[in-house]
Amino acid sequence: MSLLDDPQVRRNVDRLPIEFDDYGFDRFGLSKKALTRAYSPMAYLYRHYLKVTAFGLENVPATGRGLVIANHSGGLGADAAMILTSLLLNDEAPRLGQGMAEYFLTRSPFARPALRKLGHLTGLPEHAEQLLNDERLLTVFPEGARGAGKLYKDRYKLVRFGTGFMRLALKMGAPIIPCAFIGGEESFPQLFHIKWLAKLVNGPFVPVAPQLILFPLPVACQVYYGPPMHFEGDGSEPDHVIQQYVDDVRHAMERLISTGLDARPRSFMFERMPDPKKEGRR
Amino acid sequence: MKILITGISGTLARGVAYRLTRRGHQVIGIDRRPWPDVPEGVEMHQVDIRKRPAEDVFRISRPDALIHMATVTHFTTDTEERYRINLGGTRKLFEYCHEYGVKQAVFVGRHTVYGATPDSPLYHTEDEPPLAGASFKELADLVAADLYAGSALWRWPELNTAVLRLCYFLGPSRGGTLAGFISKSRVPLVLGFDPLYQLMHEWDAEEAITLAVEKQLRGVFNVAGPSPVPLTTVCEATGRRAVAIPGPLYPMVLGRFGFPYLPDDAIAHVKYPVVIDNKAFVEATGFEPRYSAKQTMEGFRWN
Repeated sequence: MSLLDDPQVRRNVDRLPIEFDDYGFDRFGLSKKALTRAYSPMAYLYRHYLKVTAFGLENVPATGRGLVIANHSGGLGADAAMILTSLLLNDEAPRLGQGMAEYFLTRSPFARPALRKLGHLTGLPEHAEQLLNDERLLTVFPEGARGAGKLYKDRYKLVRFGTGFMRLALKMGAPIIPCAFIGGEESFPQLFHIKWLAKLVNGPFVPVAPQLILFPLPVACQVYYGPPMHFEGDGSEPDHVIQQYVDDVRHAMERLISTGLDARPRSFMFERMPDPKKEGRR
Repeated sequence: MKILITGISGTLARGVAYRLTRRGHQVIGIDRRPWPDVPEGVEMHQVDIRKRPAEDVFRISRPDALIHMATVTHFTTDTEERYRINLGGTRKLFEYCHEYGVKQAVFVGRHTVYGATPDSPLYHTEDEPPLAGASFKELADLVAADLYAGSALWRWPELNTAVLRLCYFLGPSRGGTLAGFISKSRVPLVLGFDPLYQLMHEWDAEEAITLAVEKQLRGVFNVAGPSPVPLTTVCEATGRRAVAIPGPLYPMVLGRFGFPYLPDDAIAHVKYPVVIDNKAFVEATGFEPRYSAKQTMEGFRWN
């Protein structure tokens, strides 16, 4: 086993419900080779560093379109990486979560082809629709950068949601899978942001955490997936209807978050949370 | 059917002419370039589409259909001449079609008219405006010609007009934009970029144009074959060496050190993809490419 070629990652990449061509690319330029290479070190972090336990993976559809809607935390995007890894390492039905990338990333050299090879296209509504039409699974953080930059004092409070994901889900007839990520706030407790530096590098924010470096602490994290939610409509509903639907999703996520928080014996937990289902089977 | 092909001496057009004669159509060709070994069954007129003798061909032969492929690119012609041929020529031909009772007109354009920008989506559909003119001035005349040809749909509704936006093609003739770009053993890439390229086999492209005439297509259609592949894969599969050059140096190496020449505005097409959705065309014609991307590229290998 190597850090860049993990057998479980390789096996599950081969099992993804995605059509690849002779060269290992799908029709959007996603690369099998790049997936294995990028997810292998992630899998190592997932198992041994952040010690992630995933609950409710049976709620993620094995095939077909869907939107995973998750809370954002921890400033660094480690939460997104671990959610995507949990989807891929699900041996029952591995899925690839595909994100919508920030414009400033897809305009920059190196980042653009790298993101494309991992299935993250420029965040355009057209791309979201094309991917769902192709029966893919999208991962969306409706809080956006606002959510990722939450300070430790505001931990696990959902900030304002965008509503675009709901109109997309209705238009494309895609189920919504609410998801909560627990541990992100403790692995990178953001004390404050350096505003002038953020302005200088043109990024959304530059966080400062007690570890001082931009890397998470080895706090054990958990991912919870809730039952898929289906909504009636075609995406042309008036704002108040959409807002009601969005609030339903938000409540489902809040419930998942509080379940997750209650299940932890303490917030700074450094040992893996046991998964009763898996432990029982062994 | 009596079919007139303008620009018949071009690589793709010759193939279309062969195909049509083989299927029992009568083919008339116009080109200012010669076609020395023109096959039997093709009536060749070596004239300029903008000149009187071209109109005479319409008046005397009375073709049922026109396939307009007499457009030029920046590789061969300067700006003013390009506007005269691409836009002036297209306008004249559509007027002749109207005047001399042609029933079907097919304009063969290219998919690059959509333009390559960092924020444009993959899989362009026909309802999107062609934006290439804004960022790539050497394509502005072709964008205008494409839109002008499309305007025939409301200008002369009795004339069945089809505007095809064809993706890159590769084939044994070694003609075409992409073949030109990878004609040498080393292909210049912009460091940190690797766009998706959509290509089809030359013979599939010929078949698609032939189908457009035979099925009496009406409207604007994207024409593409297999799924796109990254440019590095195109280089690898065709046996070329991809040389990544830092962006700021890129314009300086073009046309030097054995690299092909490109105008500055074309560099965006080496950084960002132009990928089209061919669903409408496939639904209208039942077109199915015979060659995969792998077969097409490996057929183009260096020997």
